[in-house]
Parts: sequence; structure tokens; C-alpha cells
Amino acid sequence: MFNRLLKTQCWGIVLSCLIVLPAWAEAERYIIDIKGQHAFVQFKIKHLGYSWLLGNFKKFDGEFNYDARNIENSDVSVVIDTASLDSNHAERDKHLKGSDFLEVKKFPKAVFSSNKVVATGKESFDIHGELDLHGVKKPIVIQAKIIGQGPDPWMGYRAGFEGFTTLRLADFGITRDLGPASTHVELQLYIEGVRQAKQQTGGSEFFE
Amino acid sequence: MRAVNSRATYGWVAVLLHWLLALWLLALFALGWWMVELDYYSAWYQRAPWWHKGLGVLATLLMLLRYIWRLANPLPDHEPGIPAYQASLALWGQRLFYVLVFALALSGYLIVTARGESLSVLDWFVLPATLSVVQQEDVAGWAHKYLAWGFMVMVLLHTVAALRHHFVVGDKTLLKILGRK
Repeated sequence: MFNRLLKTQCWGIVLSCLIVLPAWAEAERYIIDIKGQHAFVQFKIKHLGYSWLLGNFKKFDGEFNYDARNIENSDVSVVIDTASLDSNHAERDKHLKGSDFLEVKKFPKAVFSSNKVVATGKESFDIHGELDLHGVKKPIVIQAKIIGQGPDPWMGYRAGFEGFTTLRLADFGITRDLGPASTHVELQLYIEGVRQAKQQTGGSEFFE
Repeated sequence: MRAVNSRATYGWVAVLLHWLLALWLLALFALGWWMVELDYYSAWYQRAPWWHKGLGVLATLLMLLRYIWRLANPLPDHEPGIPAYQASLALWGQRLFYVLVFALALSGYLIVTARGESLSVLDWFVLPATLSVVQQEDVAGWAHKYLAWGFMVMVLLHTVAALRHHFVVGDKTLLKILGRK
């Protein structure tokens, strides 16, 4: 009886070693697919409380390290060109970029960089990080999920994610009154990354 | 009072166009200045720009008509004793007014149509979009604002000069644009 218990425990240790082992593998580095524009940074805000207004930032860039086996090893950073805001209406865009809202001349960039990634499910995780927007730096949490990953038809390897977060405009110093239904903006991120080749530290691939 | 200009004074068409456009363009400036500060929940938030755009296009058409009228008509003679440099300054000042108004019209049109949207003139007719480049609304918006202030500086200079002619120099320069001889 005791013997059997010991045996299963031993097997347990061996098994857990096998499971933990791959976690030693490093996170893979990905660059957001800006070239092919398979990435979207959208925002959504209530209009009068009756409907939604959608827009997006057309220019941004970023990269992430993704470790599928140990999500805590992952990180992401994105830089957004605030002047690239587009809500499909020139006069509104001009207003949103002006001094009442984003002040893009003064704050041409919005930056997000993660400092902690926490798994919340098999394919979902929370990305904790700092958002620097409109001259205000504040911690935010992006609820993210992997959509899929695998080889693409052009000799590359890709991984795609979606992420959602809600910002209170006043938290970022944007205090222009848009009405009680429009105090918060939702951000929706759809990010596809192309995996980068590992940097060689010497030796040849042949002997590895 | 004749419709066409004479060597002595302006005809009533030129006088009417001058004062009508003077009021119209000043009203456009005031409207534009006021409307950009409106609260989102103001009842005028959408109506004011609608009027500004429509009246702006119509003012431009009137300005065009005025320019054609000016080309088709002789200008009255300058007052005797006006030095040549002042005469040429007056001419270039008038030309600058035309350039400013047309540039204001163009930049305003480029803001509205920057994303390919057309410009509705008081729901009467529509100007289609043509040029649509990256951040056009920002560049055109910047130009529109500073051209408007440039226009107001010119209005100030123009007014001071007119009053000087009337009250200090005591000639008929101001009276002529009132149609008097």
C-alpha cells in the first residue's frame, strides 16, 4: 500500500518534470503585422446613450513576446500615432484630435507597455500594464484572448489576439462633457503578429 | 446713381456688393468663432456649422461675381494728391482681400470634404469632395483659422485707412464707396 503510494508519487514527480520542462522554452518574439495591416486598434463610445460611435487609429506599431506554455513570460508594447485617428467624418476627427480631446499636437503618441500577464483561462489572460495617453500615465488591464496561431502560407508563423479594455476619459485628463452615457470609451484591439527568427548567439544551426 | 462705376465714383452694384460682403464676411467670422466653442449639447452644435458652410460657399460665389464685376468695370480715379506708393498699397490690399477670401473658401471646403464627404450648401445644392489626403482636415483647419485672423487684421487696417481718409485727410475716398461723388 505504502509502496504503491510512493510509486505513484514518484511517477507524479517525473510527470510534473515533463510538464514543467517545456516551460523552460523561451517566449517567442512577434512583430505586429503592420505591413500587411492585420492589426486594428478600434475605439467605441456611446453616442448620447442611443447608439455607438466607432473609430480607429490607423497608424501604430508594436511587438510582443508570446509564450504559449507559460503565459506569464509574455509581454507586449504598442505605440499609437494619435493623429491617425479616423472615425470616418473629417470634422469630428479634427475635433477629436484638437484641444477638446486628444491634443495630438502636444501628445502625438499613446504608449502601452505591459508589466504583468496573468492567465485567466485556457486561452484567455489579463495583460496588466501602463497606458500613457494624453500626457497621463495610468495602469490599465486588457482582457485578452488568443484567437489562433500557426504557419502562414508565406513561410512565416503567426499568432493573433484580441483584447478589450474600458477607459474612463476623465482618468486621462479628457474632461470635455459628452453626456452621462459617454464618460467611458471601449478599446478593442485585434492584433496579429509575425514571429521573428531567433537571434543566433554564435555557432551554426547545423550543430544545434 | 448709375449701376456701373465711373471715373468719379463707384456705381451702385459695386457699392452694394462691397457692403453686403463686408457684413456677410464679418458675420461668417463671428459665426465661425462662436460655433467652435459650442457645447456638444447646444441646440446650435449642428445648426451653426450648417449655416457657416452654406453661407461661406454663397459668399464665395458672390465674391467671384464681385471680382468679375470689378474686371468689367473701370475703377474710379484715386483722389488727387495721393502718393504713388499709397495707390499701389491700396491696389495690393484689395487684391490681398480677394486672395484671403478665396483661400478661406478653399481651406474650409477642404476641411469638410477631407474624408470624401460632400459639402451641403443649406440643403440646396451639394459640392462633391475632390482632394482627400492624409490629415487634410488638420492642415486645412490650421490654414482656415489663421487665414481668418489674417483677414480680420486686413479689415482693421482697411477700416483705419478709410477713416483716416475721411476724417484726417478729408478726401472723398470713403464717400466714393458710398456711391457719392
